[in-house]
Amino acid sequence: MIRTEELLLNVGPQHPSTHGVFRIIVKLDGEIITEATPVMGYLHRGTEKLAENLTYTQIIPYTDRMDYVSAMTNNYVICHAVEKLMQLEIPERAQFLRLIVMELQRIASHLVWWGTYLLDIGAMSPFLYAFREREMIINLFNELCGARLTYNYMRVGGVKWDAPEGWIDKVREFIPYMKTKLEEYHDLVSGNEIFLARIKGVGKYDAQTAIDYGLSGANLRCTGVKWDLRKDEPYCIYDRFEFDVPVGSNGDCYDRYLIRLEEIRQSLRILEQAVEQFPEEGEIMGKVPRVIRPPEGEVYARIESPRGEIGCYLVSKGKDKPYRLKFRRPSFVNLQILPKLLVGETMTNLITILGAIDIVVGEVDC
Amino acid sequence: MGAMLAESLTWKNFAVFLLSSVVLLLIVLGFVTYAIYFERKVIGWMQGRIGPNRVGPFGLLQTVADVLKLLIKEDTIPRKADRELFILAPVLTFVPAFAVLAAIPYTEKLYFADLNVGLLYYVALSGISTIGIVLGGWASNNKYALLGGMRSAAQMISYEVPLVISVTGVILLSGSLNLRTIVQGQAGGFWEWNFIPQIIGFVVFLIAAVSELNRTPFDLPEAESELVAGYHVEYSGFRFAFFMLAEYVYVYAIAALTTVLYLGGWYAPFPFLDFIPGILWFLLKFSAVVFFLFWLRATMPRIRVDQLMGLGWKALLPLALVNIFLTAVWVEIFR
Repeated sequence: MIRTEELLLNVGPQHPSTHGVFRIIVKLDGEIITEATPVMGYLHRGTEKLAENLTYTQIIPYTDRMDYVSAMTNNYVICHAVEKLMQLEIPERAQFLRLIVMELQRIASHLVWWGTYLLDIGAMSPFLYAFREREMIINLFNELCGARLTYNYMRVGGVKWDAPEGWIDKVREFIPYMKTKLEEYHDLVSGNEIFLARIKGVGKYDAQTAIDYGLSGANLRCTGVKWDLRKDEPYCIYDRFEFDVPVGSNGDCYDRYLIRLEEIRQSLRILEQAVEQFPEEGEIMGKVPRVIRPPEGEVYARIESPRGEIGCYLVSKGKDKPYRLKFRRPSFVNLQILPKLLVGETMTNLITILGAIDIVVGEVDC
Repeated sequence: MGAMLAESLTWKNFAVFLLSSVVLLLIVLGFVTYAIYFERKVIGWMQGRIGPNRVGPFGLLQTVADVLKLLIKEDTIPRKADRELFILAPVLTFVPAFAVLAAIPYTEKLYFADLNVGLLYYVALSGISTIGIVLGGWASNNKYALLGGMRSAAQMISYEVPLVISVTGVILLSGSLNLRTIVQGQAGGFWEWNFIPQIIGFVVFLIAAVSELNRTPFDLPEAESELVAGYHVEYSGFRFAFFMLAEYVYVYAIAALTTVLYLGGWYAPFPFLDFIPGILWFLLKFSAVVFFLFWLRATMPRIRVDQLMGLGWKALLPLALVNIFLTAVWVEIFR
């Protein structure tokens, strides 16, 4: 008598493809997943609770460590929330610097995603190509603020450091270089038969499901919902620039892949316009009181991070420290659809689907 | 060598055979050492890196250092593992890998065993390695290793079939299973080489061979991103080195076999180039095949396990069968 048993497989927290300390317990029937239970919290540091005992400027470096692949947008969201509550005016030059670093960060973040995703699929080289280009962006940031990963660059009311001599020209030179490299990426990977067979039609869901689960970013846009906070609720100075919001139609991993690559191109478009209009000189810090005490009240600020909508809910009692701080982290929200997508898929597709969601565990666990 | 095989066994004969097999072992080990070095260099260059360059001049001793490190590592056997099978598995994988090399002719004069069923011998022995891999996966008592071992069993069995059937075309053309006779049938320039009349068979053979080797894009048994390392996840030190060694010896064997079966063995591509020794031509073609394998690894993503089965049984097998039919018709009409 042949008896078959379900195999209980523990994937993670130490596993090369869970992108950090994410753990998922899967029940396997052969190679088919019958149940998947994600276990989160291995990287929980209590950022939100810690923030209650920190002044507003002290919180900023903590946000660097949430989504460490995209620290600039995190910096921005906390500053933006405080500025919104205090109704501060931000100088023109600071706005441009913020926008340029955020768009560069978006490119860098998508490059990391692209490289690691291809590594998950089994191709080795794209990872190194992506990191070669990312290195140039990291060097630009390093020159700007002296850090490569956790920048602590923005401040309530502006930015900490002005662009050094010739920095804008370096950004200007980077744009056409990145454009040619993007073409190379498409040549090497996007048409590869094996790659297409691996990700086309995998991890599909429709627009209604995406909205029900509260997905955002490329995970939402791949279903055809045109929702990008840079367009729909312009913050910073995004309303001055022309760019498109790429959307997909199938809602599968391939659409998410194409959208992220297209977003790199759109970010380059924004950068092109931004470096042209960049003000020659000006202040980089607005008129901010020495001790930041936002008036009593609450505010919710949200922006489009590379991973989706990152939001910051802030309650102030008029003190120099927040009464309550809450981050809506896109990685955390986007991840919730995972157990639903995995049922009935193979073990191999687990990696394909998890990779396409694009999580950063530092942000999931916060 | 051939003449000596026919003689009766004397102490002198025995010594010569023993010595030459030791020499072959050393050559193969040397090949493996520098194939790994070459692979890391080539892939490094393709990826905009330098590759190993620290140990020895140009990093030439890198692999030596790596192997040394593996040898002095603690040899661990998991407590819950099936001890006997766990120890047996690497041996069972490695021995056939080395044994198949006996049948390969390098030049007209240089070969070890002139077997009349050389090709059959190769195919039969290389199948045994699969058992070693499945055993290793099973005996480790680890779920990832088990999945890796099962995958490799499925993969190797599925691809052995098109591999053998694609080779049948060559056998039909040359009318022999003897690898030397097969090469001799390809004398007289590159247009006589088997890969031209056997182009379908050649392509099927190459794909199936890459799959047999468990190399990208068919490296599912050790798919790092899903199965961590697959069947050898619990192995360390010396036993792990044996699995790696077997893998690279098979690279050697498949590259040599491709050269012999399809690329005219030791013959020059043009008759007027005959003055260059055959062994150089052999090495050149051999290196080209090895380079091709490394190149694939730097370019391709990994195929999915269910698609792999589909490709093997639904595409390669019918193609190989069509190839046999066409070859048979061709041989019947023109010979």
